[in-house]
Amino acid sequence: MKTYKIHLAGVGGQGTIKASSIVGEAAMKKGINVVMSELHGMAQRGGVVITEIKIGDAHSPVIENGDADLIIGFEPAEVLRSIKKASGKTFVIMNSARIVPFTVSLGMSTYLDNPSLIKEAIKKFSHLYIIDAEKLARKAGNIMSLNMVLLGSAVAVPGFPLGREEIIQSMKESLPEKTIEINLKAFDLGFERIKNM
Amino acid sequence: MNVTRILTGKKEEKLFLLGNEAAVRGALEGGVSFVSTYPGTPSSEIGDVFSKLAKKAGIYFEYSTNEKVAVEVSAAAAAAGLRSFVFMKHVGLNVAADSFMSTAYLGTKGGMVILTADDPSMYSSQNEQDNRIYARIAGVPLLEPADPQEVKDLMKFGFKLSEQIHLPVLMRTTTRVSHMRGVVHLNDIVSPKGKGFFEKAPSKYVPVPANAVRMRKELSDKLAEAEKIADSSEVNKVYDFGNEFGIITSGGAFNYVIDVVKENNIPAKILKLTFTYPFPQHLVKEFLSTVKDVLIVEEVEPVMEKEVLAIIGKYQIPVNVYGKLTDTLPRIYEYSPDIIKEGIRKISAHTVNKRRYLKADITLPVRPPILCAGCPHRATYFAVKDAVKKLKLKDVIFPTDIGCYTLGIQPPYEMADYLLSMGSSIGAGTGFSHATDQKIVSFIGDSTFFHAGLPALVNAVHNKANLLIVVMDNRTTAMTGRQPSPSEPVNGMGETAPEISIENSAKGIGVEFVKTVDPYNLAKAREVFEEALGYDGVSVVISKHPCALITDAERKKKNIWMTFTINQSKCTKCMVCVKEWTCPAFYIEEDGTVHIDPLICDGCGVCVQVCPEKAIEVRK
Repeated sequence: MKTYKIHLAGVGGQGTIKASSIVGEAAMKKGINVVMSELHGMAQRGGVVITEIKIGDAHSPVIENGDADLIIGFEPAEVLRSIKKASGKTFVIMNSARIVPFTVSLGMSTYLDNPSLIKEAIKKFSHLYIIDAEKLARKAGNIMSLNMVLLGSAVAVPGFPLGREEIIQSMKESLPEKTIEINLKAFDLGFERIKNM
Repeated sequence: MNVTRILTGKKEEKLFLLGNEAAVRGALEGGVSFVSTYPGTPSSEIGDVFSKLAKKAGIYFEYSTNEKVAVEVSAAAAAAGLRSFVFMKHVGLNVAADSFMSTAYLGTKGGMVILTADDPSMYSSQNEQDNRIYARIAGVPLLEPADPQEVKDLMKFGFKLSEQIHLPVLMRTTTRVSHMRGVVHLNDIVSPKGKGFFEKAPSKYVPVPANAVRMRKELSDKLAEAEKIADSSEVNKVYDFGNEFGIITSGGAFNYVIDVVKENNIPAKILKLTFTYPFPQHLVKEFLSTVKDVLIVEEVEPVMEKEVLAIIGKYQIPVNVYGKLTDTLPRIYEYSPDIIKEGIRKISAHTVNKRRYLKADITLPVRPPILCAGCPHRATYFAVKDAVKKLKLKDVIFPTDIGCYTLGIQPPYEMADYLLSMGSSIGAGTGFSHATDQKIVSFIGDSTFFHAGLPALVNAVHNKANLLIVVMDNRTTAMTGRQPSPSEPVNGMGETAPEISIENSAKGIGVEFVKTVDPYNLAKAREVFEEALGYDGVSVVISKHPCALITDAERKKKNIWMTFTINQSKCTKCMVCVKEWTCPAFYIEEDGTVHIDPLICDGCGVCVQVCPEKAIEVRK
């Protein structure tokens, strides 16, 4: 199969790394090669968090500019910060809920309002799905399940190489038992949201 | 995945492991008995996993006070016949360098692997030094894994090699290898040895000059033997996709090379070197005789490139060498697939298409890391800043140190003026105190204080410096993931352990002004800082409060969770909370009103003391 390349962009504390490893483990269980890149350390303190996954015949976990098949954006500004990984063929999921960095309240930088960010995303990306993952996570029962909402939405994107059941199995194996119910609900809400678009 | 799988996983199973986790499994498969480290990104997770598994695995593991001590304890264990493993971030090897150099002279009995995690592009470091050069200064064999599977396999290979030639082996990873996940095929774990026995042999283990002179020759003989092994080792491999030109590469850079070559059908022949020092001269010479042009792809310094040029010079081989020295590839920072593609485009006649990618037309906000909500460091900075303001002190110098608190460099605090390395705040503070008439406040964390602050404190007292040292004791090594520090009553194996008192240490060294404050009490803390700033000589204030991540976890466990909110009828929008306190939980709505995000607020309540209008209240 052709190597499938996923770029995830978010902010420290949103659970991007967890969502990525669930995908990676599911691929491995299916017998497909998978590599993933994650960065730790200082960035976790509210900074930008990027992970990249390649499913298929790849050695390097880093995606070339313009070569991502799918971008999962946990925050609107972070989706646009990752734009160079995308081409006209890239599918993009964008969580519309903003996390405004402290530099904005200090007047050190500016953060466009939501409509302008969304307008920019619509203008640039050919295959864009905008979802309010925060709202869906709350609906599922816990804001912390936001990463599973986005994972669910990713699985529903055309061309995603792993099946719904394969990801759910992987979730069950790597999430704490007492959170499973809410996380599965979050996953389903994300999945259905994209399916119905 | 539960990390215990790294220990319990059986032969032929596969796990999706981080390079750092694979290092643990490799050490266990290699029969490791003794492990030591000082935490440092990008190597920290190796220790996190050992800390959880060491007891179950029946091995000894410790967080040493610094990397030099870590090398010493592991070197001694290897001298007693145990297989030992010591790991650190790249700059940690600078701290360990003195003893590291001698380990090569003394040699080892049990296998010893020293892992250095380099950080090209400096994701979490102060420099991007290339520690492959250290292998050359010390004279120890060097291994460069490209992915988690190789990290695991080379740990075992390293132990065997170390025992075969009686030298410690250096393994160099980079951030992208340490923090890369991949599928790792497991093998059987070899049981650890338990205790070793040290057979006395002073002529072998004490490098007084008479012995060192002999050891020098022995080391040179061992390296000659190691070069023969490297020349014929199966870990150095050729990947043949054609013969337009050759590529010599190593470590994580190989991953970019092979992906770009395969995806673009480039007719190149790749020599992937894994055992890279002593440099396998004959293998490389043979490879060079089959190509006319060769591209050297390595991160960070042109180490192999110069080795190749030396071979070409020595044997007069007619090959053009391209790499960093020819500006075919960038001289600094980490590589990427795009960079390798561009480098190949410069030397190959084969068409390598540039990929088109999108660009945004808007400016995005910068999002630097920030001290967490509830972080006691913020309270310390606020109180010190207040004390300085109250005393109307001008041009105060704030030497800082390495830890989360280095984030004090950001506005609005801007209390980080000078930083060299771990522990440097006290040495540099002493220097500034003698060289200027400015007031000095040095900031240092608890773990860093024990790591390299102690000798500098002795120096400051003995040499009669005039400075205030603020030890920000948050009861842990926070930035690398909350590993225990000597000031905590627990060690790396999770056992209860003696707490080392910072207060008594400072007093024992002879500091007369030593006080401990809780920074959460801003007024009291400010008072003590004011007093300390008025003191002539070395003063030490220990600003002690557990890291917010620790207290958050405890509160969640006990289910006592409260958050704060702003009473809008009292708020005058003076913005002190937003602009001077700058906790990430505060935000301004589009109508200009200030709010606290209950999801970010950790309930520390210190902001209540900051608000001049007493508008911050417990959320009901």
